[in-house]
Amino acid sequence: MGVAQAARLLAQGQVSSVELTAAFLSRCRAHESLGAFLHLDADGAIEQARAADARRAQAAPAGLLGALNGVPIAHKDIFVTQDAPTTAGSRMLQGYRSPFDATVVARLKAAGAVSLGKLNCDEFAMGSANENSAYFPAKNPWDTTRVPGGSSGGSATAVAAGLVAGCTGTDTGGSIRQPASFTGITGIKPTYGVCSRYGMIAFASSLDQAGPMARSAEDCALMLSAMAGFDERDSTSAHRASVDYTAEMRRSREGATAAQPLRGLRIGLPQEFFPAALADDVNGAVRAALAELEKLGATLVEVSLPRTELSIPVYYIIAPAEASSNLSRFDGVKFGHRASNYADLLDMYKKTRAEGFGAEVKRRIMIGTYVLSHGYYDAYYLQAQKLRRMIADDFQQCFTQCDVIAGPVAPTVAWKLGSGSDDPVQAYLADIFTLPASLAGLPGMSVPAGFGENGMPVGLQLIGNYFGEGVLLHAAHALQQATDFHLQTPEALR
Amino acid sequence: MSSGTPSRLVRGWEVVIGLETHAQLSTVSKIFSGASTAFGAAPNTQACAVDLALPGTLPVMNRAAVERAIRFGLAIGATVAPLSIFARKNYFYPDLPKGYQISQYEIPVVQGGHVDILVDGVVKRVNLTRAHLEEDAGKSLHDDFAGPHGEKSSGIDLNRAGTPLLEIVSEPEMRSSTEAVAYARALHGLVVWLGICDGNMQEGSFRCDANVSVRRPGEPFGTRREIKNLNSFRFLQQAIDYEVNWQIDQIEDGLEIQQATVLFNPDTGETRAMRTKEDAHDYRYFPDPDLPPLVVAPQWVEQVKAAMPELPGAMAARFVTQDGLPEYDAQMMTQSLPTARYYEAARDAGGQAKLAANWVMGEISKRLNAAGVEIDAAPVGPVLLGALIRRVQDGTLSNNSARQVFDELWSTAGDRTASDSPDPAAATATVDALIESKGLKQMNDSAALEAIVDEVIAANEKSVAEYRSGKDKAFNALVGQVMKASKGKANPAQAGELLKRKLG
Repeated sequence: MGVAQAARLLAQGQVSSVELTAAFLSRCRAHESLGAFLHLDADGAIEQARAADARRAQAAPAGLLGALNGVPIAHKDIFVTQDAPTTAGSRMLQGYRSPFDATVVARLKAAGAVSLGKLNCDEFAMGSANENSAYFPAKNPWDTTRVPGGSSGGSATAVAAGLVAGCTGTDTGGSIRQPASFTGITGIKPTYGVCSRYGMIAFASSLDQAGPMARSAEDCALMLSAMAGFDERDSTSAHRASVDYTAEMRRSREGATAAQPLRGLRIGLPQEFFPAALADDVNGAVRAALAELEKLGATLVEVSLPRTELSIPVYYIIAPAEASSNLSRFDGVKFGHRASNYADLLDMYKKTRAEGFGAEVKRRIMIGTYVLSHGYYDAYYLQAQKLRRMIADDFQQCFTQCDVIAGPVAPTVAWKLGSGSDDPVQAYLADIFTLPASLAGLPGMSVPAGFGENGMPVGLQLIGNYFGEGVLLHAAHALQQATDFHLQTPEALR
Repeated sequence: MSSGTPSRLVRGWEVVIGLETHAQLSTVSKIFSGASTAFGAAPNTQACAVDLALPGTLPVMNRAAVERAIRFGLAIGATVAPLSIFARKNYFYPDLPKGYQISQYEIPVVQGGHVDILVDGVVKRVNLTRAHLEEDAGKSLHDDFAGPHGEKSSGIDLNRAGTPLLEIVSEPEMRSSTEAVAYARALHGLVVWLGICDGNMQEGSFRCDANVSVRRPGEPFGTRREIKNLNSFRFLQQAIDYEVNWQIDQIEDGLEIQQATVLFNPDTGETRAMRTKEDAHDYRYFPDPDLPPLVVAPQWVEQVKAAMPELPGAMAARFVTQDGLPEYDAQMMTQSLPTARYYEAARDAGGQAKLAANWVMGEISKRLNAAGVEIDAAPVGPVLLGALIRRVQDGTLSNNSARQVFDELWSTAGDRTASDSPDPAAATATVDALIESKGLKQMNDSAALEAIVDEVIAANEKSVAEYRSGKDKAFNALVGQVMKASKGKANPAQAGELLKRKLG
């Protein structure tokens, strides 16, 4: 059951939030082995559900209820929460309690959503398989021997397994889109600045962006409407009036017909997104989804993003550089882990950070420290910033020829747990299709496009121009009205 | 303007000094958070989630801090950058909660500008490199902090973390510790004048780092050492003087100066190296992705300009042209805004600019220094001083008597409720009552004076004879005798005239 459906059933009084929450909680317990949750707050959730039911009973006629009143969701454990511990998937923050809620958390709370707890993720959102969680990996509900993707792996698993109606995720280089693709759900990374970053534990500040992960475009629109909007506590937050994304999603295009709701929509296919190395099953599913979009009235045009490959080195310079600085605050002095035995201050720093951080986090801190070092800054960081600007310009060039860009989310379907390459560079290459939009700050979405080898889900990526979330949601919604990929659930979980 | 005083060599060496000054900006809240900046609160009671760098927190620029930087930039004739960048200076230290300090690196908000200083009566222009906004760190408490079990322990107080600072960097244009102190004083006076800093040096609101090197005249700059955190003008002078001699000793002993950061110990009067260039940090500066570029629109600069107080330079020039003060007096009257305010009020009340300036530079400043009191708290306020000046002007008081009245006014300040009364009539009444009760009214009755003069001539035949034989000194003695006989009430000028007339 998705967000929109849950909201409808609650509004119609067909089910109470307490009933719904209890049902989701029992699924969470039944499927604990999937490793979706780092912290399940059963008692707190029931309490919130009771409050939601009470609000509905009191405010029913006035229509003053939040759009998500009583809908059970959960948060990626990268968002700080007052009511539950926040770990960022790291030993460094084991047992940490934030004195405040992230803006996104507070807004969903204000919209009436019930939080079931905190979802597993790669440590400090660094990874693409959720295997970098300091606690345990999350598993892909379609095949529990496979990864759900990452870093929002727990989020993807929870939605795909029906443990929550929808949830929050964060995307720095693809961390919403890739796990959504791997688990057959819908996820959107909005334009940089749409969702406040306040209370989102920073990985790479110039790239981090929160977004919803749920069953459908409709679910995402409903959640995003609650999550988005200017926040004075985040200086990079976009100064815009609030947007009703559901209305945007439904708004019909000029010249659209019932059979062809996407008539006139130009979809650009960057040739670089369909390289020879693209897995056949992914290519097949994506092409089929594109053919479906064509049937719905869209036109497909060839475009080019010539610096697609360069986005990998550019991203893996900028993101670690920012991360190396963002993670300096975890020093054992004020909060989080502190080594128990140390000789002096320097020794305390070293041991605390050696014990508190996992291998991938350490790797990125070291890369970031290196590229910012005196004498290397110009050659790496500055050069990467210049290329980043050119990558963004390439997109603008494309958007003169098309309204939306489409392609695969990832080169393959979800891989086997533990099969990740020992060579981190090989792993980084798999991010090639999600990194360009992240570097440009553009909105990107993963929409279920069918299934590939071994019945594993394949996602179609849609990329819009700045603040073009509405167009993405509209196109995704049209596709989801014509297909049922997003409604499929793994057989074992039915 | 003069190109400056000639270099004063120390043991044949030329001294080169540049200052980096941290002025704490007088904002109500911190530079990137809403926490209070008030001094002296219990440790960690004024540090919010942002100051503590709790996970998920983000900085938000305080516009009041930027406004103060703009004010400073305008005051020193600098370029206020339309776009400047905040950068992260990365290093680990327990009192640096984020593990980086947000500062401005490549593009600061204030660029260039100059400050004019007065050294030995000569005006010298000191050019500034830049002034940039940054946040202060917290404080490590090593002595007066109790651990979890009441034991003596080290702790961190983050109340100061995030306090807005303006770091003002001069060019290496000062050539003596005297010039450096004059520059620091001028800068201190200016930031207080502008209302952007409270100037409290004990509380660390204004502190200097001095970059010092020596060279033979005409040679390239020598290697510099940076003396950190000097929080008084006296320490600044002492530290530089010690450092200069130390560097000369080293070089004359055939040793090389190593670039280093040094600390000044006020107890020993010595400087000692804290770290050398080899173990200098690599701060890994990069633009802070949490803060967009700081944009200062021309309209904002115009708004700030419109609200600016009259600047010391302009005011001094006005005192010269409008009040007829000598350049030196005008400079002295604009050393601080309270001084200027005092002078203007005394001038208006007394109707005589030069006399007002003389009193401020003389009696007032002497007594304020002795009492350790600021001019805006002077026991004799400007209107009262003005009333006194009027009585000197109209011949009621001799200068000597005026000083006696002033003494009385100063020492009885506590008894008067309206010592600084802005009401000139009340002030005049106070002064007149005192003249009356002390019997200090100057003798303007010419018949009475004539009688005294006749007596003095009769009683001092020797002096009269000497005067007549051309000894001017003898004449002064006669005037003195008249003053003595009149108990100081005679007008000395009048007495002199009368004596001259009578002695033909």
